[in-house]
Amino acid sequence: MSGAFLEVRNLYKNYGGIAATDHVDLDVRESELHAIIGPNGAGKTTLISQLSGEVPPDGGRIRFAGRDITSTPAYRRSLLGLARSFQITSLMLDMTVLENVSLAVQAHAGHSFRFWKAARSESELVEPAMEALRSVGLGERAHDVARAMSHGEHRQLEIAMALATRPTLLLLDEPMAGMGVEESQRMVEILRNLKGEKTMLLIEHDMDAVFTLADRISVLVYGRVIATGTPEEIRNDEAVRQAYLGDEVA
Amino acid sequence: MTSLFRTGLPAYAMVVGLLFLAGLPVLAVWADNIFLIDLYLRLMILAIAAVSLNLILGYGGMVSFGHAAYLVVGAYAVGIPAYYGIYNGFLQFAIAILASAAIALVTGAIALRTKGVYFIMITMAFAQMVFFTFVSIEEYGGDDGLVIDTRSEFGGLLDINDNFTLYYFVLASLILTLGLVHRIVHSRFGMVISGSKGNDRRMQAIGFPTYRYRLASYVISGAICGYAGALLGNFTNFITPEMGDWVRSGELIFMVVLGGAGSLFGPVLGTAMFVLLEEYLSRITQYWHFPFGAMLILVVIFTRGGINGMFRWLGGRIGLGARS
Repeated sequence: MSGAFLEVRNLYKNYGGIAATDHVDLDVRESELHAIIGPNGAGKTTLISQLSGEVPPDGGRIRFAGRDITSTPAYRRSLLGLARSFQITSLMLDMTVLENVSLAVQAHAGHSFRFWKAARSESELVEPAMEALRSVGLGERAHDVARAMSHGEHRQLEIAMALATRPTLLLLDEPMAGMGVEESQRMVEILRNLKGEKTMLLIEHDMDAVFTLADRISVLVYGRVIATGTPEEIRNDEAVRQAYLGDEVA
Repeated sequence: MTSLFRTGLPAYAMVVGLLFLAGLPVLAVWADNIFLIDLYLRLMILAIAAVSLNLILGYGGMVSFGHAAYLVVGAYAVGIPAYYGIYNGFLQFAIAILASAAIALVTGAIALRTKGVYFIMITMAFAQMVFFTFVSIEEYGGDDGLVIDTRSEFGGLLDINDNFTLYYFVLASLILTLGLVHRIVHSRFGMVISGSKGNDRRMQAIGFPTYRYRLASYVISGAICGYAGALLGNFTNFITPEMGDWVRSGELIFMVVLGGAGSLFGPVLGTAMFVLLEEYLSRITQYWHFPFGAMLILVVIFTRGGINGMFRWLGGRIGLGARS
C-alpha cells in the first residue's frame, strides 16, 4: 500500500445526493506523470480541489509524501510541496506577471509579516520568480500586467506560479483548456520538460497530449475510477472504450 | 513597471501640496483669516483617517463601513482621561491606538470571515455598537457629548493648546502616516494584502494563510484611524458619539473613492475636495447638499480612479506623465 507519493483511499464527496467523488482510490508514484481523463462531469476538478485542500471530502483519506493531509488546509498543503494550477485561469490580474510569480515565491520564503522593505526589490523573491517565468517561456513578459496577456499566456503563468512554490507534486487542472493548436504544443513542451523532475497529476481533455505525456492514466467516470494503467493498457481496456473513448476511438 | 501602488500624482504636485499645507498658517495670518487653520486642521485629520481606511479598502479590498468608530474611540481616549484630569498625551494617544487596535482585532476577526456585502454590513453593525455604547454612558455625557477642557500635554515637548503647534503636529502626523502606508503597501506584507484583494483563493493555493494577514492590516488600519481620532478630539475640544455615526463612516469611504482608492495620495485629495466643497458650498446656499452631491456624482462617473486618476489622465495628456 505505502510507497505511493500521493495516496487516495476511498475518497468520497457528495453534492446534493450525487456522488461527485465516489469512493476513489488513486496512487500517484513519485516522479511519474499521472493523467486523469474522463467525460465532462466525471468529477475531475472536484477531485483535484479535494487534493489541493479547497474542498473538504465527505469521507476517505489522502496521504501525501507519507503524511495524512485529509484535513490540512490548502495553504499548508502548498507549503508541504503540493501545487495546483486552475482550470479557469486564477491569477492576480491587476498585478504584473512578475508580481504574480514573486508572490508564489514569497509564500514559501517564511512569514510575510515584513512591513518595511520593498518586496519588489528583493532579489530573493524576484530571481526565483524570473527563473520560473523563463522556464515556461514568459521571461519577456515579466513586467506586463497579467490582465493584458492572452489566454494561452495566462495558462503558462499559472504553471509558472505553481512551479515557483517549488512543489514536489503538481496538480494540473486542464492546462490546455481553450488553447489553440500552437499554444497547446508549447504547453506539451513545457510539461515534457518538467517530466521526471516533478511528480504531476494532470487532468486534460486533449487526448493527444495525455497519451503522449502520461506514464499512467486513470479513467474517472461518474466520480468513480474505472481503470488505471499505462496509456497502452487504457487504450485497449474494454470498459474504458465503452464508457469513454467509445464514440471517439471506435 | 509597477502595476499597483501608483501614487499617480506627479512628484511636483505632491511637493506643491505639502508646501501649501506647510505655509497655510502663515497665509491665514496674513489674510487675517484664522478660521482657515481650523478648516485645514479638520481636513488633515480626516485625511489621516481616510489614508488609514485606504490601506484596507483601496489596497486590500475590504470595504469597512465602520471606520468612523475608531475616530470616536480615539477621541474618547483623549476625552475620558481628561474628564478625570489626566492630560498626559503619551498615555492618551497610546490608549487611542491600543483600544482601536483591540476593537479592530475582535471585530475584524469576525467580520473577515465574511465577504462582500456581508462584510460591509457587519463592520457597520460593529461601528453602531460602539456608537450606542458611548451614547448610553451617561457619565461621559451620553449623546450630548463631552467637553475636553485641556488638550493633551506632552510634558513640555510641545504645546498643542496653541493652534499653530497643533497644526504642524497634525501635518507631521499626516506625512508620517503617508510614509508608513507607503512602506507597508510596498512590503511583503502589502503584497499579500493586494494579492488577496485580487484573488484570495489563489493566494491560499500558493501557500498564504491570507486571513491572518488581512486581519493584521485591518488592525493596523484601525490603529491609525484611532490615532486620527485622538487628534480630532484634541482639535474639536468637544466630542460626541455622533462622530462615529455610520454616516461618517460612509463619508470616509466617499473620500477614499473620490480621491482614488488604492493610490497613496488619493484619499488626501478626496478628503480635501470633500471638506472644502462642503465648507464653501454651504456658505453660498443652505441647499448646498444638492450641488455637493451632484459634483461628487460627476467626479465618480467621469474620473475612473477618482481625482487622482483624473490628474494622471491630465498628466498623460499634457506630457507630464511623471510619477512620483
